[in-house]
Amino acid sequence: MSNAKSKERPEGYPDRHYLNAAHGLKSWFLTTDHKRIGLLYLLAITLFFFLGGAFAVLIRLELATPGGDLVQPETYNRLFTMHGIVMIFFFLIPSIPAVLGNFLLPLMIGAKDVAFPRLNLASWYVYMAGGIFTLWALFEGGLNTGWTFYTPLSTVYSNTAVTTAGIGIFITGFSSILTGMNFIVTIHRMRAPGLTWFRLPLFVWSQYATSLIQILGTPVLAITVLLLALERTLKLGIFDPALGGDPVLFQHLFWFYSHPAVYIMILPAMGVISELIATFSRKRVFGYRFVAFASVAIAILGFLVWGHHLFVSGQSVYAGAVFSVLSMLVAIPSAVKVFNWTATLYKGAVSWETPMLYALGFIGLFTIGGLTGVMLATMGIDIHVHDTYFIVAHFHYIMVGGAIMGYLGGLHYWWPKIAGRLYPVFLSKFAAIIIFVGFNLTFFPQFILGYLGMPRRYHSYPDEFQVLNVMSSAGATILGIGYLIPMLYFAWSMFYGKRCTQNPWGAKGLEWETASPPPTLNFDEIPTVTEEPYDYTPKEVQHAG
Amino acid sequence: MSVHVEPIRVYITIFLALMGLTVLTVWAAFQDFGVMSNPIALGIAIAKATLVVLFFMHVRHSTGMTKLVVAGGFLWLLILFGITLSDYQTRDILDPPAAMTMPVDVPGPAHH
Repeated sequence: MSNAKSKERPEGYPDRHYLNAAHGLKSWFLTTDHKRIGLLYLLAITLFFFLGGAFAVLIRLELATPGGDLVQPETYNRLFTMHGIVMIFFFLIPSIPAVLGNFLLPLMIGAKDVAFPRLNLASWYVYMAGGIFTLWALFEGGLNTGWTFYTPLSTVYSNTAVTTAGIGIFITGFSSILTGMNFIVTIHRMRAPGLTWFRLPLFVWSQYATSLIQILGTPVLAITVLLLALERTLKLGIFDPALGGDPVLFQHLFWFYSHPAVYIMILPAMGVISELIATFSRKRVFGYRFVAFASVAIAILGFLVWGHHLFVSGQSVYAGAVFSVLSMLVAIPSAVKVFNWTATLYKGAVSWETPMLYALGFIGLFTIGGLTGVMLATMGIDIHVHDTYFIVAHFHYIMVGGAIMGYLGGLHYWWPKIAGRLYPVFLSKFAAIIIFVGFNLTFFPQFILGYLGMPRRYHSYPDEFQVLNVMSSAGATILGIGYLIPMLYFAWSMFYGKRCTQNPWGAKGLEWETASPPPTLNFDEIPTVTEEPYDYTPKEVQHAG
Repeated sequence: MSVHVEPIRVYITIFLALMGLTVLTVWAAFQDFGVMSNPIALGIAIAKATLVVLFFMHVRHSTGMTKLVVAGGFLWLLILFGITLSDYQTRDILDPPAAMTMPVDVPGPAHH
């Protein structure tokens, strides 16, 4: 695109907005503007995403051949551990809440900022401090416990940087708690006049549910990691039987947070999908209240299912049976959402814009991830495929096929709001399609590998598994290129993209009723809400009805 | 929203009560109450925590929403402890059926 074209200003394009309201590094690093903080998070998590991705590249390269010929087994252990830690704690958990949530929540509820703007900035610094510890752990040689830190390996046997990484996660947890608390107070106290709970966009409902998990679950992770560090350094007997502790207790405490953490990743993505489906079907989301309450139900039920990670860890059979049944209950609100999105599409004026491609991809991939989750909640199946690639495939369908598809869909949808500029349409659709293809080629073979018995976390495997592993590694290459393309065109678009109008999708929602990019205080005048959410029905039809 | 201000003597009374309960904790730790040892220790701890939450953290005069948030936190603690205990308390009462256990006299592979 020519430079001249990127400087064209559509009618109504603001002269002053949050991006040019102040200049210089200080104006960014000391900002209390939720939108700028969202962009600080965007930069930081993108760096961590590509760091975590680099570990994945090495893992898939090693697994392209059956022999362990690229890295030593010990190095491989460190690679998958760092991949997991970086991707989960430093990318997926903050991804939608800290970037899109931060940017959009006040805009969506008609507020000038979040309830505690300085605390919001503090959360970014806390996140970065935790990130630095994790990078430090990397320079210490990484760690080999897996992202799950299971005892007694993490407390007794591992001589790697467990404590440093644990401190990093402990610190970063507080950033998550601060964000969650900020959002809950913001949603309760700062909604625009007329914006009742059942007029809130479903993205806000999902952020609310996510925030509940963040503040109720994350402290337990912090305590667990702290106890682990204390046992490791001071020989305090918590998890080591030789000191009077119990290693299964670690798993209970760890998964009490880390299973709900899956919903911290997927619930915001579900919120994004609700917005995309409504906008690009030009319809109110079918069963709005059911979808809203399903978010809260997932947040609550998600806390009752952690024991399905312990089916073969020595947990009692009775508790296993209880956790098995409870785990299946989560499928109900999840299915409510999938069915309601599908029903929204029915007879909608569906258009195939880039964000919609991600939304449709999400529905398919999340359904596969969710249904294999129901399989794994069944003890008989779980015991058979435990610690195999079936598990790896299942959770990547949720976290990559679900959470990252939602994140990218949201980023493409709200990018004109964030940057006030457009990205290349054809290239973005091309990237969405190759991400979908690359993803499935990477992870579907892993379901088969796992079912055939290939265990996870080994750097070599029998020859008969090679074809499927080569497919997976080839898919990962395609997926990697698919992720690079949006990063490049978003970076380009931020400075050179064609300037857009205030509401390029013709979407409903308060965030589209202000300029793109918005002014620092979001609205020149606080809006008053008089209509239901997603009110796409033309007024003349409403009157006729 | 008006802010309730506690008179200073309330804080002093609560502080003294907490000190008294701490002495009680230490004393109770040296007594043998049999199976009641843990419930007694936990009971004193809960009493102390309740005083801190109600008076020092001002929950007694807070809004219904604040009380709900506090209650929610304790409910979640109950979920964590309760369901974890559902594992520990049932490990002995539900043994696997005999058919699933490995008889001890099964001859293993021959070692040379």
